[in-house]
Amino acid sequence: MTEPEPNATAHVLRAHRWRAVEATPWLVAIVAFFLLPDYMTLGTQIVITVMFALSLDLILGFAGIITLGHAAYFGVGAYACGMLSAHLGWTEPISALLAASLVAALVGWLSGLVLMRYHGLTLLMLTLSVAILLQELANTYSGFTGGFDGLTGISFQPVFGVFEYDLWSHTHYWYALAWLAIVFVIARRIVYSPFGRSLVGIRENPLRMHAIGAPVFRRQVAVYTVSAGIAGLAGALFAQANTFVTMDVLGFARSGIIMIILILGGTGRLYGAFVGAIVFMALEDELARLTPEFWEFGVGLALVLVVLFARNGILGLFDRLLSRVTERSR
Amino acid sequence: MDTVVNMMVSIVFDGVAYAMILFIISVGLSVTMGMMGFVNLAHGVYAMAGGYFTVSAMVAMGLPFLLALPCAALLVGAASVVLERLLYAPLYRARELDQVLLSIGIVLMASAAFTFAYGPGPVSIDVPAYLSGQLDAGFRTFPAYRVFLIAVGALLAFVLWYGVERTTIGARIRAAVDNRRMAESVGIDVDSLFRFTFALGSGVAALGGGLAVEVLGVNPGFAIQYLVLFLIVVSVGGLGTIKGTLVAALVLGVIDNAGKYLWPAGGAFIIYAVTIAILLVRPAGLFGKSHD
Repeated sequence: MTEPEPNATAHVLRAHRWRAVEATPWLVAIVAFFLLPDYMTLGTQIVITVMFALSLDLILGFAGIITLGHAAYFGVGAYACGMLSAHLGWTEPISALLAASLVAALVGWLSGLVLMRYHGLTLLMLTLSVAILLQELANTYSGFTGGFDGLTGISFQPVFGVFEYDLWSHTHYWYALAWLAIVFVIARRIVYSPFGRSLVGIRENPLRMHAIGAPVFRRQVAVYTVSAGIAGLAGALFAQANTFVTMDVLGFARSGIIMIILILGGTGRLYGAFVGAIVFMALEDELARLTPEFWEFGVGLALVLVVLFARNGILGLFDRLLSRVTERSR
Repeated sequence: MDTVVNMMVSIVFDGVAYAMILFIISVGLSVTMGMMGFVNLAHGVYAMAGGYFTVSAMVAMGLPFLLALPCAALLVGAASVVLERLLYAPLYRARELDQVLLSIGIVLMASAAFTFAYGPGPVSIDVPAYLSGQLDAGFRTFPAYRVFLIAVGALLAFVLWYGVERTTIGARIRAAVDNRRMAESVGIDVDSLFRFTFALGSGVAALGGGLAVEVLGVNPGFAIQYLVLFLIVVSVGGLGTIKGTLVAALVLGVIDNAGKYLWPAGGAFIIYAVTIAILLVRPAGLFGKSHD
């Protein structure tokens, strides 16, 4: 007897199951804490960046929406969280974080209702302009935002009233990591849901998705809103960890860098955000301090090479290597 | 009353001079993006290179300003062909995302290279005496350099308009912008036409960069700092139109300048609000043709 025909749908049915290899980033995060306890300020920033990159992956990697202004939502989350504490004295961290995330999602929904009607260069310019407009508004209303000098006076109670913040960001690290785990489970759940599959359909061919009756615009607005909410959560974590918010949270540089990080890691695969953020920020911490010009040149060169030769980023290269090894061993 | 009129004249005059630099730098980008649909965020690099080479030509080689400008433009135009063949050409039919990333990569590399070569600070030149004073127009004086800018911009706009609207090669360019596949099928070699346009556009941008040294200042961050402004001019004007780029540059230049004069605290955001408003109503820009 030959083996039974593999079920054509088996792959789809199995895709959402957790695999053992998916524990790797979390094990790395835990091991990193015990091996490098002095680097947890950087570690916290990396965790926040992973979350921000993950939010971008949902719209860019899965739904194929290109944006040059994703920092808008990161910044809204950061300012919302900071202002809740500095102006209203709302210092309970978890509820403030969720509130800030909701504000960002609301801004994402409102802007998404307009932005998702456009595509191509017009969409690029609109997303870019929205982020810069928000940055200029933050500058203009410096009475609320602290303007160019930054928003100060941010402080939060211990997490659950128990875990005090320490100088080495140990509490912040675990706190951010816990949020990342929650966000990741939600994002993974979205990606493997029928909704997530339909996003990939929209990315691959919006016309056909229209033709089979999928509500393309509504799906795009929905995922844009979720993505903005997650970006806002990352921004709120950033505000809590740094107790300081400056206008560059909304800047074009932040939108560009998060895109670079995601592309270097690999888009449309969730874990690209982890690989990109860890590799980029660890290297940046070392190299950018030594020779900023070479670092900038290296990032530019890496981008050009990735686009010309390795479209799927570091994880894509890894996949190719893996498939070549398994082929040879057959 | 006189002071109000005087201020209005100043605002419009300075705005138009500023707009001319925006126009000169952006016009090549508009035509190349219209023709190939290539999202090129690295266009500011050619302007920046033009600025630096103008400075080098004057300081190191002792060329006069008016000779250094075209030399820098020629050099940048020639160099841009190499980049076009090596980096841009493989991506003409690629996704927009890849084009965005490639050009961001080029911007970062160029910015690092110029920091390495010229240092992180801004560079400056001594413009010749006949351009640095004031011109007396009878009822008031105008800064000579800005008059010169407006004259160069107007001349260039006329030459480009004439070239595109009244010559055979211009007709080919218009055909390729309108419908590349149709142009190819009637025998126009769009690839080499594009290479020519790209070199010309980069060279003209370099000229704009050389002119910008005196008024905007050129530093290694120039390509990123002004990238957004060039893109806004191009997308508001509409891809592939010289008239559109000129009108958009004038509108945005004067509005931006007026905003900074009259409302220094928040004036900068007016230009982005105007851009968003125009693009929402006309996604293809003021004079662009929608391909949908």
